[in-house]
Amino acid sequence: MAEQQQDQRVPTVIADELHIVYRVNGAKTGKGSATAALSRIVKRGSGDARGVRKVHAVRGVSFTAYRGEAIGLIGSNGSGKSTLLRAIAGLLPAERGKVYTDGQPSLLGVNAALMNDLTGERNVILGGLAMGMTREQIKERYQDIVDFSGINEKGDFITLPMRTYSSGMAARLRFSIAAAKDHDVLMIDEALATGDRKFQTRSEERIRELKKKAGTIFLVSHNNKSIRDTCNRVLWLERGELRMDGPTDEVLKEYEKFTGK
Amino acid sequence: MTKPVSPDEGLTPARLAAKYGLSVSGARPSLVEYVRQLWGRRHFILAFSQAKLTAQYSQAKLGQLWQVATPLLNAFVYFAIFGLILNAGRGMPKDVYIPFLVTGVFVFTFTQSSAMAGVRAISGNLGLVRALHFPRASLPISFALQQLQQLLASMIVMFAVVIGFGSYPKLSWLLVLPALVLQFLFNMGLALIVARMGAKTPDLAQLMPFIMRTWMYASGVMFSIPIMLEDKPAWLADVLQWNPAAVYMDLIRFALIDGYGSDNLPPHVWAVGLGWAVVLAAGGFVYFWKAEERYGRG
Repeated sequence: MAEQQQDQRVPTVIADELHIVYRVNGAKTGKGSATAALSRIVKRGSGDARGVRKVHAVRGVSFTAYRGEAIGLIGSNGSGKSTLLRAIAGLLPAERGKVYTDGQPSLLGVNAALMNDLTGERNVILGGLAMGMTREQIKERYQDIVDFSGINEKGDFITLPMRTYSSGMAARLRFSIAAAKDHDVLMIDEALATGDRKFQTRSEERIRELKKKAGTIFLVSHNNKSIRDTCNRVLWLERGELRMDGPTDEVLKEYEKFTGK
Repeated sequence: MTKPVSPDEGLTPARLAAKYGLSVSGARPSLVEYVRQLWGRRHFILAFSQAKLTAQYSQAKLGQLWQVATPLLNAFVYFAIFGLILNAGRGMPKDVYIPFLVTGVFVFTFTQSSAMAGVRAISGNLGLVRALHFPRASLPISFALQQLQQLLASMIVMFAVVIGFGSYPKLSWLLVLPALVLQFLFNMGLALIVARMGAKTPDLAQLMPFIMRTWMYASGVMFSIPIMLEDKPAWLADVLQWNPAAVYMDLIRFALIDGYGSDNLPPHVWAVGLGWAVVLAAGGFVYFWKAEERYGRG
């Protein structure tokens, strides 16, 4: 009987004493001038680690996520939430510790692959390919993506370069492209509530749909209400450490006490 | 929230992961698997390179015309300085020297810009690397491919110049194709190598212009190495002529220019060209793959 219950608790993501360290090169300015670059390289020959600062963003986080869970990540700005997500997705190499996952977790977001100088049309294709969709899949969903973004509601904007879009329009197109793919382990970073009221409702609906198809969801948000609405478990990060891990209500209560004072 | 004591209790995370068949996130795939993944992303690699190429000139009024105009202007500047002022042709007839110079500049630029783009392929695209999952080798390969397309555009200018100075299309022009394939393989390997180095040490991007300029002057882009080094020991000219940039330039000049016969080429030039291409492409690929899981740390 215990065995049967175990069957329902299949781990999908295990983080084991995870540490993430960013290395920031202090001397990154003045890229243009060749002489300045040369003098810096000469200087660097003597002391190698000079000018490099380490930022320890995640310090020894361990948890196990199970199938069917929707996990919220909360914490103040710079507490390591987004970094943790990227490490789970295997996008940031771990300094120490390991993350084990079932399949390939993916981050909802495609901004970095898009180019402002290209038309919306080409960006839909480029973004889709960057997410690992095939050309056929993109062709199939192309119209849905454009319709969903609502870019063409005010004229034929999809054939204009993305730099000509208003920030709201660009954000809508980005979200539409990112949300076009289904994911096993889905990770959503905050600031999804972009665009006008109408688009917000539409995107919330789409996220709910994606959630239904995904096995496990991670949601980073500063909006306690959206966490409460969607998550049944919450991880609270503070200064890169896991401060609390538990059911949504308990953790949020403590978190509100912490931030309220 | 009382949980029943589970049989998983007390298992170390590693054991638990093994029990449910979880794999380490972001681990480096095997070389074969890596090649397979890369092949799966071939459409992305091509689309990305084309997008970069288009985006490059999209704000200019003349638009994509600059793809041809830029190399033409470049060739003109080099001609004015080396052909007219410095007289670097050293007795080469003008109808050989000008096509010689133009092909040299274009072919070398292909390697040069592949290396320059390669060194920033990872370090300049950290946002992309940290946001999406794909074999990282896609980026340097894509940049090398972008430069190949750029070269194909400049080829129009190159052919026009060569024809304008009296070398008409003939069968030997077909030799341009294998030469370009070899050079592309070489450039791709080079881009992969400098991409890994540049990801670890972004400063390399600053050092790169100096390296490339030195390489350009040592490869005989605007002068013929054997003529220039006539009174120097013969091995020096041989070493310079066997350097990959010189080899690929010579192969294409030999294919296109009538007055540039095989006596200008070092011995075994095709074998050397093939060797460089295979060694760099295979070596560069493995070298890049070895650090696959570490890209993105920045």
